[in-house]
Amino acid sequence: MTDSPPRGRVVNSPAPHPQRPVVQRLRVQYAKRGRLRFTSVRDFQRALERALRRAEVPVAWSQGFSPHPRISYANAVPTGVASEAEYVELALAERRDPEQVAAALDAALPDGLDVVRVVQAEGPSLGELLTGPQAASSWLLQLPGVAPETLAAALDALLAQPAVLVPRVTKSGRTQVDVRAALVSVQVGASPANGPGEDDACAILRAVVRHGTPSVRPDDVLAGLTAVAGLALPVPPVATRLAQGPFDEKTGSVADPLA
Amino acid sequence: MESVFARLEPLLPRVQKPVQYVGGELNAVVKPWGEDAGTVRWALMYPDAYEVGLPNQGVQILYEVLNEQPDTLAERTYAVWPDLEALMREHGVPQFTVDGHRPVGAFDLLGVSFATELGYTNLLTALDLAGIPLRAADRDETHPVVLAGGHAAFNPEPVAEFVDAAVMGDGEQIVTAITAVVRDWKRAGRPGGRDQLLARLAAGGGVYVPRFYDVDYAPDGRLAAVTPNRPGVPARVAKHTVADLDAWPYPAKPLVPLAETVHERFSVEIFRGCTRGCRFCQAGMITRPVRERSITTIGAMVQAGLEASGFAEVGLLSLSSADHSEIAEISTDLADRYQGSNTSLSLPSTRVDAFNVTLAEELSRNGRRSGLTFAPEGGSERMRTVINKMVTEDDLIRTVSTAYAAGWRQVKLYFMCGLPTETDDDVLQVATLAREVIKAGREASGRRDIRCTVSIGGFVPKPHTPFQWAAQLGHEQTDQRLRLLREEIRRDRDYAKAIGLRYHDGKPGIVEGLLSRGDRRVAAVIRAAWEDGARFDGWSEHFSYDRWAAAAERALAGTGVDLDWYTTRERAHDEVLPWDHLDAGLDKQWLWDDWQEALDPDAVDVEDCRWSPCYFCGVCPSLGSSIEVGPTGRRLLPVVPAP
Repeated sequence: MTDSPPRGRVVNSPAPHPQRPVVQRLRVQYAKRGRLRFTSVRDFQRALERALRRAEVPVAWSQGFSPHPRISYANAVPTGVASEAEYVELALAERRDPEQVAAALDAALPDGLDVVRVVQAEGPSLGELLTGPQAASSWLLQLPGVAPETLAAALDALLAQPAVLVPRVTKSGRTQVDVRAALVSVQVGASPANGPGEDDACAILRAVVRHGTPSVRPDDVLAGLTAVAGLALPVPPVATRLAQGPFDEKTGSVADPLA
Repeated sequence: MESVFARLEPLLPRVQKPVQYVGGELNAVVKPWGEDAGTVRWALMYPDAYEVGLPNQGVQILYEVLNEQPDTLAERTYAVWPDLEALMREHGVPQFTVDGHRPVGAFDLLGVSFATELGYTNLLTALDLAGIPLRAADRDETHPVVLAGGHAAFNPEPVAEFVDAAVMGDGEQIVTAITAVVRDWKRAGRPGGRDQLLARLAAGGGVYVPRFYDVDYAPDGRLAAVTPNRPGVPARVAKHTVADLDAWPYPAKPLVPLAETVHERFSVEIFRGCTRGCRFCQAGMITRPVRERSITTIGAMVQAGLEASGFAEVGLLSLSSADHSEIAEISTDLADRYQGSNTSLSLPSTRVDAFNVTLAEELSRNGRRSGLTFAPEGGSERMRTVINKMVTEDDLIRTVSTAYAAGWRQVKLYFMCGLPTETDDDVLQVATLAREVIKAGREASGRRDIRCTVSIGGFVPKPHTPFQWAAQLGHEQTDQRLRLLREEIRRDRDYAKAIGLRYHDGKPGIVEGLLSRGDRRVAAVIRAAWEDGARFDGWSEHFSYDRWAAAAERALAGTGVDLDWYTTRERAHDEVLPWDHLDAGLDKQWLWDDWQEALDPDAVDVEDCRWSPCYFCGVCPSLGSSIEVGPTGRRLLPVVPAP
């Protein structure tokens, strides 16, 4: 129980420490795999900051009373969703070889948070490349307990609609996203049986989905399928982002943001 | 042993903060289960949520010590929140370890670290989910030996029905000894079953096996005697004391969680034990004598721990960290070493002393300043004499003035309510003291925007302390005194806005009091409360006083004793206490004499035996231990970063 807690922010800090300037920016593509897909964005941030310290990557720090490492995060997947294509940008106070940073950082991160590659930052910001309607993601959804035919029928029903609105709660309140409009292409498959004696159905959905504000996420697509076609999910599905980047209108595919 | 993760995984998207159940922490160890008959497997449990349990030093130390041994493996398990508990029951998923996700019921030992008694119901949940019978008497040799440790294990009687054994004191050495006993018994083909294994553990004198002791009650409900019921069992069981902390530099590879936890730092225990002699403090009484870790070992542990973890903060832990004989050198040298590395150093000391502020300034040279907390504990000078907390008002004013003058805008002050002989006036003087603090702070800083937060908690008498005989204050009176204090703080508007008051109501303290000083009859209360849904009793949103009071009424019916009898009743000199057969090293007569001195208005302070002559508390001679303190005269060398 708290009675009249101290109001306002009381800063107990000494004078700010001078910090070294930024001399290089690196972009990191990383994957969130297996059980570590249950890490949240904040969990990953803490893990990354600690891994950078262990790997002795000379990250630049912000000035001010409570300095923090200068790392930019862009469009991360939600908790519980796996990814092969997450991106961060690091500001360094000393120059480093991107490949060496990739190796050292990957070794310092826990298994399941894996560095895919590190490149010198160039061109538009990560935010510009990965957010807004010009960007898109390619998703893989595994739906255990769902027969491929059932999924295909539900998708046909959804694609036949002019719009499929799904409610979403965001920081700024309740809103709706249009799943139909965001869906660029879909493909249905089936996963092979997991082992001998296991003949449970497991439908696979591959989808290219355009980003927006807010972006349509895999669970929105599934919510749309449930709303339009009554798709039932007996077991929680596993979603994986395979790629994200600028959307190529001509080919209908997702381009490499680090290219 | 197969992992249950495949069965757990589909449940995780449906619970809060699933990351706490997946393990995968940096420096976690998953050893092969092992085919050898002599492999000994420990499940170590901290009976609270992962976010509280993961940083626990005791569990991390034992985890490392055990996993370093060949043919020994240790994994960790924590209390699961009610959302996952319900799903695990629905889907038949057993209590699991977070390392290998192996079922807890398959291990040889389940070691539970009780930092507080409020974890007892969480043990019952874990046992039940693990498929281990709740009553130790109902287990057979296929079930793990359930072993209690931690501070609450100094009176394990309320959970004696649920645990097979308890160990008091430092665990570093005894866990290996226990492992050896279990290994020999397993290799020999488990002769004599569970009974023989427990007898072997008890025979060493350092493991308490409650079933080998009978408790007799007098007609008035008090204990008559606690006596061994078989040969080869000691009349009293002694606590364990590690003499040389430098020989046990753990944790060396700290666990780095993915989930957010309550302490996001690398902690080094700079000494163990405390002899300041505060009469309310169980930790200070049961961890004697003081044993320091040397400045050089501390320096090496900090360096290795930071490299192994990547933590950005170091905590220098102990019961009163400013008391280390070389704390000034440690602070200066560590601050020098980590200059410019954005590494924060913190000293969780609450000593009321200007020197403490100097140390905090030194440690915050490189980064964030942590808050400053001082613990006068008693609001009035008289009260502080009763509890043997030798702090005068002048000391406090001088200390906070130094802090405010040095740029701190806010300090925290800790107090207790419900101490023996306390009156309303003693508590109201907390308000007077807080006003004096603000007044001094405004003068010292020349500013009006400084603040102080008063944090006040209800006193709970604990076993093995001079106050073990004291009557606990009833929760209504506690709440009444806190109400009066709140009004008194609000009364003077010039100061009221600068003083924050944080307090808890008196009810949880009464349940803690029941569990702290209870005997074996309290087990029925714990079980009744648990069956009625008690979980996570240390969390105000889960705690229900009414549930506990009703459970006590039902379970104690016909015994002649009740909740008040255990809590608000003062004990007599000749009363057999439930923990008398458990030896924390303290001489019972010394504790009694100290209790009498507390009640004597003319008594003098009991000084710290590190700087004054021995006052014969009994610990050193009875346990063959001695004070181990510096100074060593050594300094830390700067660590030159690799080019």
